[in-house]
Amino acid sequence: MEQLKQISIFSENKPGRLKKITKVLAEEGVNILAINIASSNGFGVLKFIVDKCELAYQKLKQKGFTVSLNEVLAIELVDKPGGLCEVATILSKKRINIENAYVLILESRKKAFLIVDTNDIEKAKKILKHENLRFYTTKKTLKRKIV
Amino acid sequence: MFWQKDIETIGRKALEELQLKRLKQTVRQAYKNIPFYKEYFSKLNIKPNDITSLKDIRNLPFTTREDLRDNYPFGMLAVSKEHIVRLHTSSGTTGKPKAIFFSKKDVDRAAELIARCLIMTGIKKDDVLQNMMTYGLFTGALVMHYGAEKVGVLVIPAGPGNTKRQIALMQDFKTTTLHLTPSYALYLASIMGNEGIVPKRDLSLRRAYLGSEPYSEETRDKIEKFFGIDVYNSYGLSEMNGPGVAFECAEKNGMHLWEDNFIMEIIDPDTDEKVPEGEKGELVLTTLCREAMPILRYRTRDIVMIIPGKCKCGRTHRRISRIIGRSDDMIIIRGVNIFPQQIERVLMGIKAVAQNYQIVLEAFDKITVRVEISKDLFDGKVEHLVNLQNEISEKLRSEILVKPKVELLEPGTLPVTEGKATRVIDKRTL
Repeated sequence: MEQLKQISIFSENKPGRLKKITKVLAEEGVNILAINIASSNGFGVLKFIVDKCELAYQKLKQKGFTVSLNEVLAIELVDKPGGLCEVATILSKKRINIENAYVLILESRKKAFLIVDTNDIEKAKKILKHENLRFYTTKKTLKRKIV
Repeated sequence: MFWQKDIETIGRKALEELQLKRLKQTVRQAYKNIPFYKEYFSKLNIKPNDITSLKDIRNLPFTTREDLRDNYPFGMLAVSKEHIVRLHTSSGTTGKPKAIFFSKKDVDRAAELIARCLIMTGIKKDDVLQNMMTYGLFTGALVMHYGAEKVGVLVIPAGPGNTKRQIALMQDFKTTTLHLTPSYALYLASIMGNEGIVPKRDLSLRRAYLGSEPYSEETRDKIEKFFGIDVYNSYGLSEMNGPGVAFECAEKNGMHLWEDNFIMEIIDPDTDEKVPEGEKGELVLTTLCREAMPILRYRTRDIVMIIPGKCKCGRTHRRISRIIGRSDDMIIIRGVNIFPQQIERVLMGIKAVAQNYQIVLEAFDKITVRVEISKDLFDGKVEHLVNLQNEISEKLRSEILVKPKVELLEPGTLPVTEGKATRVIDKRTL
C-alpha cells in the first residue's frame, strides 16, 4: 500500500477563497486530481489530492495559508453499479470510521478511487491489507486527462 | 407627586449643608473602619478633620473598580458581618468580582430612593410593575423590587427572557409598568410585532423604566411609539446600590441625581480635574448615607454632563444627561458588564486560538466573538474545529454569562493595528 497524502486548507466561507488557493497551485504547475470541500458553522476545510503534494504544501504554507498534510487511503473503485457498495461493505465489516470521503478519478473514468480520511490511518492500513481491495500506487500513472 | 417632598425640593443651601454634614460622617466612618482608606489617607497625609467644606472633597483619593476588586471579598466593609444582610456582586476584569454589601438600613435607603423615582413618574398603588431585569447577584431587579413594594405597587418578579410568557403576564395581570433594558424592550417590540399584538389595543401599559445600558433618544422615541407609553431613563450602578441613583421625572429631560445620598463630581478622565458645569466628563460619586460600604469618589467611568438650570417639576437635585459614553472599554449586554479583557483571558487560555480576536455586538444582545485559529495546531479535521468552536463558546459563557456565537477565522484575517487594536465593534443602534 503506497502513501497518498491529502492537503487540507482552512478557509472562511467567503467568495474568492478557492480562487486564491487554486491560483497558488496553478502558478506552481501543480495539478489537482481531486477536491473536496467540507463546510460547517461559517468555515470550510478544503481537501486536495495533487500530483506534487510536497511542493504544493510548502508553497501554500509560504503564502500564509493554514494548511496541513495527512495520509489517506485510496481504494480503487470498480466503475459499475455496486462498486462503492463493495468497498463500503469491507470498511464497515472492519469497523473503519470514515471521517471524510470523496472520489479521485484518473485517466478519464478508467480508474476511480475512493479517498477515505480516517482517524487512525496506520491501523486502517493494517486491517485492510489482506482484504480484496486494490489501492492506489504511483506505478499507475498520475497523468490525468481533463474530464 | 412626591415621595419625600421636603428633601426632594430642599433649597440648595440646605442641601449643601446636609451634604457636608454627611460627607464628614462618611469620611470618618471610612477612615475608622476600612484599612484601605486609612492607609490611603495616611499616604496622602490627610485626616478626616481636614474636610471642612464640600470643596475639600477634591483632596480625597479616588476609589476605582480595581480597588474594590483588590479588596474583595470583605476589604471594603465598614461594619461587622452581623450587620450585613445582603450581598450583590458586579463582574470584574480578572475573574474576581466586586462585592457590594448592604446593611438593613442600606436596603431600606435604596428602596426609599427607588420609591422617590417611581412616584416622580406618576406611579400609584394600583399600578402593576413587571420587573424584567435579572434577579440574582445583579442589583438591577432586587433593588427595584424593594422600592416598588415600598410604594405599594404590585410587583411581578418576571426576570428577563421567555418573551411569550412575559406577554401573557402583561395580558393576564394588566401590567402598567415595565422595568427592563432598552435592548430587551426592542426585542419585545419585534416579537409583539410578529405575533400581531398591538400594545395600545391589547395591553394596559403606561410607562417603562429603561436602564442598565446606554441608549439614545431615538431609541426612546421608537419604544414610546410602539408601546404607546412614556419611557423614563434610569441610572445606577451596583457599586452605588444599583438603580435609583438618578432617575427621570415626568419632564423626561435628564435624571435627577439624589444629591442628599450622593455627591457628584464631573471630571476630565485624563486630567482628573473638574469640568465646568454643563460640559461632559466622567461621573464620580461619593456615597453619603451608606452604612455597610461607604465609597469615596468612585470613578464610574460613565461619561455624562450636568443639565444646567432648574427643573419644572420643582425638585432641586441636579440632573445628569443620559450616559454619553464610557471612559473605559466596558461593554454592556443584557445589563451584564463585560470587559474585553475577560474574553481575551478565556481565548488566550485555549491553545488552538491565535493572538488576534474581535468582539462584534449586534442588535438584540447578539454577541459574536471572531477568533483566528492557530496555524500550527490545524490538522485538517472539521470535527476538531467544531469542537473548538463549542469549547470557546462554552468557556466564554461561564465567564461572561452570555453565550456568544464563535466564528473561526484564518490567521491574519483580522486587522492588526499599531498600538491598541480595535477589539470591539458595536453595531447596536440603541
